[in-house]
Amino acid sequence: MNESVSQAVAKAAAARPRHAFGEELLRQARRPFPWLVVAFTLVCGLVPYLADDVGLRESLLLAAVYVTLASNLNLMIGFAGYVNFGNIVFFGLGGYIGVYLATAWHVNLVLASLAAGILVGFLAYLFGLGILRLRGAFFALATIGVNEAIRAFVTNFEPWGGATGIYLSMDAYEPLGGPMNGLWICYFLLVAVMGLSLLLGYAIKTSKFGLGLLAIGQNEDAAAVLGVPTPRYKAIIYSVSGFFPAVAGSLYFFKSGIIEPTSAFDLTASIESIVMLMLGGAQTVTGPVIGAFLYEELRGYLLVSQTFSHFQLVLAGALLLIIVLFVPGGFMGWLHGRLPRLRRWLE
Amino acid sequence: MIGILASVIDGVLVGAVYGLAAMGLTLIWGVMNVINLSHGAIIVLGMFVVYFLTSATGASAYLGVPLVLALGFAAGVVIYWISVNRVIGQPILMSLLATFSLNMVIIGLGTAAWTTSPYNVPVSLPGISVRGYTFTGTHIMAALIAVVIAAALYLFLRYTRPGKAIRAVASNRDAAELNGIPTRQVLSMAFGLGVALACVSGALIATLFPFTVLSGGSYQLKSFVVTVLGGLGNPAGALMGGIALGVVEGLATPFTPVSWTPIIEFGLFVITLIAFPRGIFAFSRA
Amino acid sequence: MKRILCLFAIGALAGAAPAFAQETLTIGFTASQTGKLNNDSTAQLRGFELWRDDVNAAGGIKAGGKSYKIKFVSYDDESQGTRVQQLYTRLITQDKAQFLFSPYSSGLVATAAIISEQYGKVMLCIGGAEEKTYKLGNKYLFQLYTGAGQYLAGALDLLKQKNPKAKIAFVYEDDPFSKAVAQATRELAKQDGFTVALEESYSSGTTDFGPIINKVVSSGADALLGGGHYADGSTLARQLHDQKAGLKWVTLLVAPDSPNFATLGDAAVGVSVPSQWEPQVTYKPDFGPTPAEFTKHFTERFKIAPGYHAAGGYAGGLVLQHAIEKAGSIDPQKVAEELNKMNVTTLFGQTKFATDPKEHGLQIAHKMVVAQWQRKDGKLVKEVVWPNEAKTADALY
Repeated sequence: MNESVSQAVAKAAAARPRHAFGEELLRQARRPFPWLVVAFTLVCGLVPYLADDVGLRESLLLAAVYVTLASNLNLMIGFAGYVNFGNIVFFGLGGYIGVYLATAWHVNLVLASLAAGILVGFLAYLFGLGILRLRGAFFALATIGVNEAIRAFVTNFEPWGGATGIYLSMDAYEPLGGPMNGLWICYFLLVAVMGLSLLLGYAIKTSKFGLGLLAIGQNEDAAAVLGVPTPRYKAIIYSVSGFFPAVAGSLYFFKSGIIEPTSAFDLTASIESIVMLMLGGAQTVTGPVIGAFLYEELRGYLLVSQTFSHFQLVLAGALLLIIVLFVPGGFMGWLHGRLPRLRRWLE
Repeated sequence: MIGILASVIDGVLVGAVYGLAAMGLTLIWGVMNVINLSHGAIIVLGMFVVYFLTSATGASAYLGVPLVLALGFAAGVVIYWISVNRVIGQPILMSLLATFSLNMVIIGLGTAAWTTSPYNVPVSLPGISVRGYTFTGTHIMAALIAVVIAAALYLFLRYTRPGKAIRAVASNRDAAELNGIPTRQVLSMAFGLGVALACVSGALIATLFPFTVLSGGSYQLKSFVVTVLGGLGNPAGALMGGIALGVVEGLATPFTPVSWTPIIEFGLFVITLIAFPRGIFAFSRA
Repeated sequence: MKRILCLFAIGALAGAAPAFAQETLTIGFTASQTGKLNNDSTAQLRGFELWRDDVNAAGGIKAGGKSYKIKFVSYDDESQGTRVQQLYTRLITQDKAQFLFSPYSSGLVATAAIISEQYGKVMLCIGGAEEKTYKLGNKYLFQLYTGAGQYLAGALDLLKQKNPKAKIAFVYEDDPFSKAVAQATRELAKQDGFTVALEESYSSGTTDFGPIINKVVSSGADALLGGGHYADGSTLARQLHDQKAGLKWVTLLVAPDSPNFATLGDAAVGVSVPSQWEPQVTYKPDFGPTPAEFTKHFTERFKIAPGYHAAGGYAGGLVLQHAIEKAGSIDPQKVAEELNKMNVTTLFGQTKFATDPKEHGLQIAHKMVVAQWQRKDGKLVKEVVWPNEAKTADALY
């Protein structure tokens, strides 16, 4: 297995001429998967709108956030093999930057969210240079430390309201045509971010860069020997995997109307996104989607069910244990094992 | 001046108990390369054992310590065979998730049974007062017990047959297996020991502070910090790491707002990880 | 376990009731059945339930020639904001809730308000004293509790009487509500000529107050004001006692109000709490039960004395009921207008909402009392010690 990937890397590096960007795009456009993603995104965006079902929208909105988190996390865990336990820090920090820009400086929501994404990506790059020297469990712990340190800092950071956080007034939604419209716009944007995250995952998976990451994930030393620039690749993927979660955080907390440190840097949410990834299957692009939807539906159901609401954690935990012990490839791993031909269609 | 001293002494007393909690985490980590994410939940279980013991029998909480150790050991062995055995040697993510799922189950069951209301274990021991600053008897007692248990663990690992087997498996599992050591049994024993330590630290913490089903999370994070300071897989270092953390916090609090403590704590954590990945007390490796 | 069974039983009853009802009025809310706010939220939930059962037993709410039986739909918000919006949307769109009660705690209220305002649903806010939420231009949010700014005003007045030169230490939980209270009170204290000896906040999960108490001792403070919610407040009180912090006066938010606080034993003695309501108060209600009747009724049903969360829950229901009856309609717009006009006294005391758009819905008439745990004939009891005209015992200082 190690050999196969490493060889492929070597081959790819040696043999394949660099495609021009346009050519590459054309080549990708001929494959079915990106279109599948686009269609899925459109369906998600339009169905609740056309059906005018706000309840469905709220449920899909959380699912879209989860998909975004899980699929970007997949870039680190699935591809590069680095367990980022504190991934929620991107989401929370992005939320703070976006909400702050949108309220204090009255920046347009889209611009504020993009700014949040870029800033967080940049910060992640800097942090990455430090903590990516660590491997395995040490890295996982360091990411927890970063999340907790930043949470503690924000709790004491008065311009962002300290522990109280930032409250949005109804007026904040006026530029978007009032709260009713505003929430729909937030929803569409979040669904778009979800779609873009999936396309990003796909693009990376099918690129030379992605192959390099997979090599790092399997055997970092061997990858380095074979010429994969591991430190640079790792720093880039850590930074890239922070961009969309930060954008999503900005949109999500703007939509929520309030951001406070405890909900922004909630370590449990971080672990939940790992659970979703495992549920659906790491190293695949479709996996995080399936995992996130399954998880959101399950939690949503358990929470409102009279019978199970007190045991939702127990059930979710038992389910996770069963997956880890017996189906470590998650849903997609199981499916691909059953129907190998599906690999060509569902990445 | 005396205020700073009082603050440091307090830090050391509580730090010793945190050190004991971290010892459980670091033992498991060092022996089988598993980060036990159910550590916090297990600490809470220890708290509840002591709570029910004292409220049912009226006995002193300290008499419950041996029982908590025994129950914790038994629970740990069971947990090992259910959820950990299959993920030994697999990527770190697997063991993280296996133990985390256990954490969810324990907390879920605990919430259903005991709600999230706070519980108290009523203990009172005469404290020592110096110029208005009081060191409570419970703090002193808990720190003493923590040190005694830590010393016992050290002697156990150093001089007994099972202890040596654990160290052998930790340093090279294949070689140990070749020498006829039943490694899986030894691993389950080490896991049991780690859980027992977590339980007993929970029992001691319960005598100091009220607790809820959800209290485990913060002690687990503390244990991580202590573990990293003391060096992974280094039980003796864990105790020193705990005390060191107590000293740092004790020194910091008189000068900075208490709400800044976590920043110092986790900042130190990340910096130590990057700069001294083997821990500050790596030299004292048992 | 018992609580779960109890919920089931209530669920079964609620399920059976509509068969007899002419019309049903659905009120939706989330409660913190799990998570850190569980203790405070449950008391409030019991207040709601008692009100609902009383109303239904009396034939429902009568408005515009119809009578409405009350039905509750509630979900667990896990004491977290993550799902609050999803659940409130569900309450409004799927469960067709006509009126809403707020979740417990200021942060969750702000989150839920985005949804209730958007749909123009009247939301009675019981358990969100932070005032920021009401300064955001909300139109359908009505607050029953005295806001954070006035929370400790009574305690300061009392302190002024006992020791006008007191050095005060503010030690409070780092959450929206407690912080707002502490900061507002600090300003009031400075105006009153007190010395602020120390100001410290602690994170919500704090269990070890040792470092803070050492600082309190170093600061030489006479009085401590602050606290947060139940878990941390009771811990702080216990450790203040264990470490003999040498304070003459301790007022903590929320925690000492709970009857469970008595389990602290000696550590509880002398600790006071600003309270929205106490069972001993003697308000003469315009409608609904008197405080004494409510207390008796509540104690019979739940085998525990009501705190202000419970009374607040009940009064929230009463206020809503009154507004609906006055409006003669369940149209939210009309009910909101009635609430705007309202100036009444219930078992909970006076209720009047600000109508100024800048702080619409803020409570402006309700008054706080100060209660203190004292030992009486060997038993721990909570006595009202302020204001003077309502007190049942002298304050221990």
